[in-house]
Parts: sequence; C-alpha cells; structure tokens
Amino acid sequence: MYRLNTFSKSTLLKNIQSTYLKNYYTSCLVIAEHDNKNLLSGTLNTITAATKLGATNISVLVAGSGCNGVAETASKVKGVNNVVCVDHASLEHSLAETISPIIVQLQNKENISHILTPASNFGKNFLPRVAALLDVAAISEITQIKDADTFQRPIYAGNAIATVKSSDKIKCGTVRTTAFDKAPTEGGAGKVVSGNDWAVPLVEKALNDTHIKWESSEIVKSERPELTSARVVVSGGRGMKNGENFKMLEELADTLGGAVGASRAAVDSGFVSNDLQVGQTGKIVAPELYIAVGISGAIQHLAGMKDSKVIVAVNKDPEAPIFQVADIGLVADLFKAVPELNEAIKKAK
Amino acid sequence: MKILVPIKRVVDYAVKIRVKSDKSGVETANVKMSMNPFDEIAVEEAIRLKEKGIAKEIAAVSMGPKQSQETIRTAIAMGADTGIHVETDKELQPLAVAKLLQKLVETEKPQLIILGKQAIDDDCNQTAQMLAGLLNWPQATFASKVDIKDDKVHVTREIDGGLETLSMKLPAIVSCDLRLNEPRYAKLQNIMKSKKAQLNVLTPEKLGVDTTSHLSTVSVEEPPKRKGGVKVENIDQVVEGLKKNALI
Repeated sequence: MYRLNTFSKSTLLKNIQSTYLKNYYTSCLVIAEHDNKNLLSGTLNTITAATKLGATNISVLVAGSGCNGVAETASKVKGVNNVVCVDHASLEHSLAETISPIIVQLQNKENISHILTPASNFGKNFLPRVAALLDVAAISEITQIKDADTFQRPIYAGNAIATVKSSDKIKCGTVRTTAFDKAPTEGGAGKVVSGNDWAVPLVEKALNDTHIKWESSEIVKSERPELTSARVVVSGGRGMKNGENFKMLEELADTLGGAVGASRAAVDSGFVSNDLQVGQTGKIVAPELYIAVGISGAIQHLAGMKDSKVIVAVNKDPEAPIFQVADIGLVADLFKAVPELNEAIKKAK
Repeated sequence: MKILVPIKRVVDYAVKIRVKSDKSGVETANVKMSMNPFDEIAVEEAIRLKEKGIAKEIAAVSMGPKQSQETIRTAIAMGADTGIHVETDKELQPLAVAKLLQKLVETEKPQLIILGKQAIDDDCNQTAQMLAGLLNWPQATFASKVDIKDDKVHVTREIDGGLETLSMKLPAIVSCDLRLNEPRYAKLQNIMKSKKAQLNVLTPEKLGVDTTSHLSTVSVEEPPKRKGGVKVENIDQVVEGLKKNALI
C-alpha cells in the first residue's frame, strides 16, 4: 500500500511537471481574422492547426473596433482557453502597423511559443512584420504540423513540399486554411479579457511613428458563399471571352450552391474583379467540387486548386494541361456545354 | 527622392521544376533563371515614378551568388540608375534579406522601397513586411495602384473581398501585386549599356549582418500526384460522375 502510494505520487509529480513544461513550450496565440462583427471562418481552421501543436493553452487575440461580439464568439470555439480583446477605432481595418506591437507585447507578457494566423491577405500582411520585430523566421502557408517545431509548406507554386524545422524560441506562421478542418464553434469556455489598458498606448504610438492612415475600401458584394470556404467553386478562364459570359458560370454556381472563381487570364482581361483569382498569387481553394471552364491549367492556376476533391474540366482543347488533373474532363465548346450542364444538374437533383 | 528596389533571381516562372532525388531541394543547375516577375513590376513602378519626375534615382539591389549581377543588369537595362550586389553563396531567407536591406537603407537613404509581394520560388511573401517592421516604417502590401503627392504616398491594395486605399507618409514600403503595371522590355541599346554599368559589390560580412537562419529545410519532396486524366464523352456522363461522388 505504502509503495503504491509513493509510486503514484511520483507519477503525479511527473505528470504535473510534463504538463507544466508542455504548457510553457506550446502556448499558442491565434490572431483572429474578423470584420468587427463576425469571426471569419479561416480563424476556425487556424485554431484546429493550433491544437495539432499539442498546445494545451490556446489564446485568441481579437483586435478591432467594436469587436466584443467577435471576442464572445471566439471564446466559445472548442479548444480556446483565453481571448484577449483589444478595442480601438484605429484597429478597425487591421493595419499591420497597429496590430503588430500588440502581438509582440502579448508575447512578452505571456511567453507564447507559437503565433499563428490564417494565410489570407489579412494574415500575410502583418505576420512577417511581427516575426521581424521578434527577430525570428516566419513560416508561410503551413499545410501540415509534424510537431511543435516541424512544419510542411508548399514552395514553387505547390510543385514541391518543403519540410522545415525551426529552432527559434518563438514560431510564427500563417496557416493554409484549406489544409485544416474548422474547429467547432461550440464547446469552448474561454475567458475573455480586455487588453485595452496596455494595448491602446501601443496602438497610438504606432500611429504616431508610422503616420499610416486607412482611407477607403471597395468591397465586392456577393450573395454567393465566400470563395475560399465554398463547397463548390465554378471558375472561368480566358475561354469565357468576356465578363458578360460569366453569368453562365454564376447560374451554374447558384444551382450547386457554390462560389465563382477565375484564372489570372480572366482577371487580367478584365472579365471579373481580381479578388476572384484562384492560383499561386490569388486565392487557394480546396472545395469538394471545382469546375474549371475555359481554363487551360497553367502551373500557377493549378497551385490554387489542385487539392480540390473532385475536379471537372470543360475545355475545347483536348491537349489542355487541366485535363491531366481533372477527374472528369469534357472536351466541348463551353458556350454549349455549360448551360446544358446546368440544366442537367437541375434535373438530376 | 531615391527609390530602392530589391530584386531576386529565381527559376523562370515557366519552368517545370524538378525535385532533387536526395530530397535536398529543387534542381537549379542548368535551369533557366530570370528576375522574379513581381520584382519586374517593382522596377517598372520605380521607373514610372522617375519618368513622372517624382523620383530622382533608382537603386536596384540583389542578394545571392555572382549570377545575381545579371538580374541587377536587367533592372538597369529597364531603367534603374545604379546597382548593388550583396554577394553570398549562402541561402538567404527573408529575415536575413530584410536585415541586409535595413543596413543598406542607412547608406542609400531611400524615401521609398518597392518590392515584389512574393518570390515565386519560396513563395514566402515576407520580406517587405519584415523590412517595414525592422525600420518601423509604414507598409502597403499587395499594391495595385501607387500615387505620390508631396510627402504622402497613397496606395490601393488588393485585399480579400476587394480593394482598400491607405495613405502613408514617406519614407514607406510598398510591395507590388500583379496588377500594378505591365513591365517594359529593355531596349537592346540599354541592355548593351547595362553590361558596362559599375555595380557596388558588398557582402553580408561587410554590412555586418549575421545571415544565419534558425529555420532549416529537413526535406523537399514532390507533392502527391493526382490521378485525374479521365475524359468523358457527354454531359450525361459528367452528371453521372458528379452523382457517383455524391456531389449532387
């Protein structure tokens, strides 16, 4: 009895120690992407990535203007332990200059080992600035977490996968959201704390130092699901000939409940706006169904969609490289095939 | 005003890359190299600002092996005034590049630094932001329009969902997106002239920058191949395929 008791005591001590060390070394801060009202879904994928680190402590930073509701939402996400909310008018548009010093200060205060954020234009904009201020490397577009120091990321437009190991004290990275599932929006019981008292002076100093000013924005309104998280994406390329013809793709997308995307050629020709571009330099998507219409399938375009579950290609050129990756390829004139396909799917549903 | 334009020599965008069999990296020997496409856009933008009389001088800088000098000469042939080469055979990661550029800012004293938004080899998209952080300068990344009035630069940025415009007081950093401009081709006469241009050759040691990275590459592998490649005859077979995959 006595022996057993000592044994369990020492095991207990070891457990406490290892938990403590684990906590210390893998405390992850996720920077939330939001529009001050809603938590954007890429944040949920990033929280899942954080759990893969074996992090037992996951904090979320919500920096914005009038963003308390977002902080509440974030605190309920499964796996989240704490939410730090910083509310200041100048944080409305997530400027890198103002958000970066907040993150650096949080790291100093809390001894955070990992800083993750979605690899969206939001995350790509500030994360490297934070890494430089902390004097550590940044790891872009993480697609897999092997362990707390080892990550995979695509290079050369996704034509090679690099495994990288960091010996930096702090690991900073952006997460390719399509490579991780979304964390459930319920089941968490994180504590929301305001960081205003220490963060607001930092924001004001940053504004003074850099004289950065947000002037205006033009957001393209759409009723359709957001491109990077849509279940179905219907994309058009140069073969669409003009912007007017994209209506055909919009109709097909609506039938399937999907989003509309485009190749660089279609964007450069002015058929659609550039925020629809799928590819190495545009958005990375991995929907269940990707329909490529009039897209030849250049390396740079494939980089943005080749992790889609099922790829359908409609192209009149049987030699188009898109057919090498398509699960279902149809050699046909798109102007005839797309409306027919739309009707056939409507009927089949 | 002086503009500094950092440029990178990368495997040409049209080359289908090959992963080395020992998984140590991507084959770059005997492969066509050119200026990173985003950096061409950066050079072009700097030249346009000079043509408008806003910029007086453009310095193009590249870091890497001896061959990077060809890339600098390309920028000079396009219209850059001077070239700086930071010579090293070691692989430089964005943080090291940013630190070297920070040093060059001390001597070159540019008011504006224009970079490409990402290099198409490492696809990092980091250097401009890191440099802005180190210098504590404002940054406008993914620019599709740059306007300079007095000591202010107004930049329209490509963001998820649309565009936004920022204003920054100089000195500032801009990183270019694809749609900022259409880079020009260098004229033969200028290419000949650029071959004789005197470059300022430095080294990381001379600049006093430690370029060691704490991020090491364990392996580089080919991505899993897609099976794909199945062609069907008609619309009905497409619908059938979608049904089989439970997509409709």
